Amino acid sequence: MGRSVPLAKAMDDSMLALFQNGEPVMPGQGYPMRLFNPGWEGNTSVKWLTQIKLTNGPVHFRDETSKYTDTLPDRSSLQFTFPMGVKSLITSPSGQMSLNQRGIYRVTGLAWSGSGSIRRVEVSADGGRSWADALIDSERHEKALTRFSIPWEWNGGSAILQSRATDSAGNVQPTRQSILDERGNIATYHFHGIQSWSVNNAGEVRDAHA
Amino acid sequence: MPMLKRIASITALLTVAATSFLASSQETVRLGTPISESQLANFDLIAQPNGNGLPAGSGTARQGKAVYDARCAACHAANGEGISAATIIVGGDMQSEGEPLRTVGSYWPEASTVFDFVRRAMPADAPKSLSDDEVYQVVAYVLFLNGIIGEDQELNASTLPRVEMPNADGFIDQSAIH
Repeated sequence: MGRSVPLAKAMDDSMLALFQNGEPVMPGQGYPMRLFNPGWEGNTSVKWLTQIKLTNGPVHFRDETSKYTDTLPDRSSLQFTFPMGVKSLITSPSGQMSLNQRGIYRVTGLAWSGSGSIRRVEVSADGGRSWADALIDSERHEKALTRFSIPWEWNGGSAILQSRATDSAGNVQPTRQSILDERGNIATYHFHGIQSWSVNNAGEVRDAHA
Repeated sequence: MPMLKRIASITALLTVAATSFLASSQETVRLGTPISESQLANFDLIAQPNGNGLPAGSGTARQGKAVYDARCAACHAANGEGISAATIIVGGDMQSEGEPLRTVGSYWPEASTVFDFVRRAMPADAPKSLSDDEVYQVVAYVLFLNGIIGEDQELNASTLPRVEMPNADGFIDQSAIH
């Protein structure tokens, strides 16, 4: 398998990774050596690297033509969609968890962006009608996971939990519907829309489209 | 000569530092041993749309049928119709109603992509086991099954880049905007 990386990215912050978290890269992560393109979608970070070759243009490998391309409603297809859009999701409470009693819960999750650091994360418990700023609990590094949290009182009724991130470039995480409106429903490789978790009055948390 | 002595000691120090760095990096990184040029050639398989990297050799669809039947048809079926959604390599129309069937014929923008992929990754149970001639032959056969080239049209390093793929203009290249 091969991927084409523009020279500007390769000379900026792409790296050859031999170690992760102080130990050799694990086999499933590409041992002994993988490419790593910070902020770009993971499929460009080639595992089990065998060759780097300077070419005079994109090679149009199978995994950047047949795969990882997005066919739009007019049947043209976006190719080389590299940076991750600004994204966040709530990790607790989340799908398959359940709330056992009414009371205060710590809602927490992760946010990241391929275009900078995370400037703001808002959380909604009513499906996006109202929002409150979450606390940023970790350092705000560029192109890195950023932890957020906010207290929330569950009153025993139904709710829809969502998070919405804004990055340092001013990009705001879009709704699922706005991505569908823009790209249609053929393109499925890239999704950075708002994630919704529904809570029912039994406290069960499920994946939802809101 | 104090000056000369000083240079010598600095040299000695640098040598020690370099040696210990190498020793520790070999212990921890285990980069292995350099490979020969001939071993390297077995990995240097990149085929580009302009023909760079295409090897010597040639093949026609008529020659490729036997290779296809023996090495490809088990997964891609007798005429490229596949045995699952992921193994369909013939047919489709990007302007069809509903979600278009995207195959080598209807979707892939470059013939070099087919060559590069088949040579490095197919057949899935024995990648890199086809000769360069067999790759040209089987690529010709797949393009023929898609109605893109004739049964006796020879593919080689100079003709393959000139094959016109139906969806060649169907992509919006965003590689320059990042």
